[in-house]
Amino acid sequence: MSDERDAFRRQMGQHMATTVPQAAALGFRFVSAGEARGSLEVPWREDLVGDPDTGVIAGGVVTSLLDHTCGLAVASAASTIPFGTATLDLRIDYMRPAAAKSGVTAEAHCYKLTRSIAFVRAQAWDADPADPIATAQAAFVLNRPPS
Amino acid sequence: MSEAAAQQLQAFLQRVPYVRFLGMRAELAGDEMTAILPFSQHLVGNTMIPALHGGVIGAFLEMTALAQLSVTQGSAKVHKTIDVTIEYLRPGRAMTTYARAELRKVGRRVANVHVEAWQEQRSSPVAALRGHFLLSDPG
Repeated sequence: MSDERDAFRRQMGQHMATTVPQAAALGFRFVSAGEARGSLEVPWREDLVGDPDTGVIAGGVVTSLLDHTCGLAVASAASTIPFGTATLDLRIDYMRPAAAKSGVTAEAHCYKLTRSIAFVRAQAWDADPADPIATAQAAFVLNRPPS
Repeated sequence: MSEAAAQQLQAFLQRVPYVRFLGMRAELAGDEMTAILPFSQHLVGNTMIPALHGGVIGAFLEMTALAQLSVTQGSAKVHKTIDVTIEYLRPGRAMTTYARAELRKVGRRVANVHVEAWQEQRSSPVAALRGHFLLSDPG
């Protein structure tokens, strides 16, 4: 069963990174998925720069990455059946800018799941997970199929 | 102010590669800026509805705050985001999105900004943002 769920999570992560138009346009890559957890990365690209003086990737790219990674964590926590989620709110704290010409990796944990709401924390880093560029806290509403 | 402010705004928008990636524009009416995000397929986060990606809406709101600050502060430099809270009120449909920013407080170092985005009706916003921004020195 756990192998089955792991395979499902991996498949879902790959799917979320490559077939969602915005994720594909930003070049998201699936990193990993586990129980109530997910990780995605975005490589640096010239057209994603937010500050031309420094060459640092835009905050908006990190926003999309964190939102998407939170969604993966919720899906990993919820079930083996895909269903829709919608972001209720997303709070992001920016600790520091990413290094110039550096990609970003995000990891999210869905630490509480109710029938209708998921609560998620996430962080993003450029080189070292212990030295994050941003942390996030989000709540999602779940559109589960009728049971 | 308005000629210089308009030039300031266009300079800001043209300098930031990610603004071009989003396809975002902005217009000034006096000192009031309206940011415009035309719909594009690459902004979609949910193909079933279809709806704009939550991250795109958040990014658009954040760029609106930064653009308004750049106009008001008279600097093409990009100010630094400290924190943002994004509230999602309605799905962002496959149509043009508009946003306006309100500078609640501009201090010496930090600005507090509220932004609201809407599509068909200004009175039915799709999302709102509250954020703090660290102001760069002018120049």
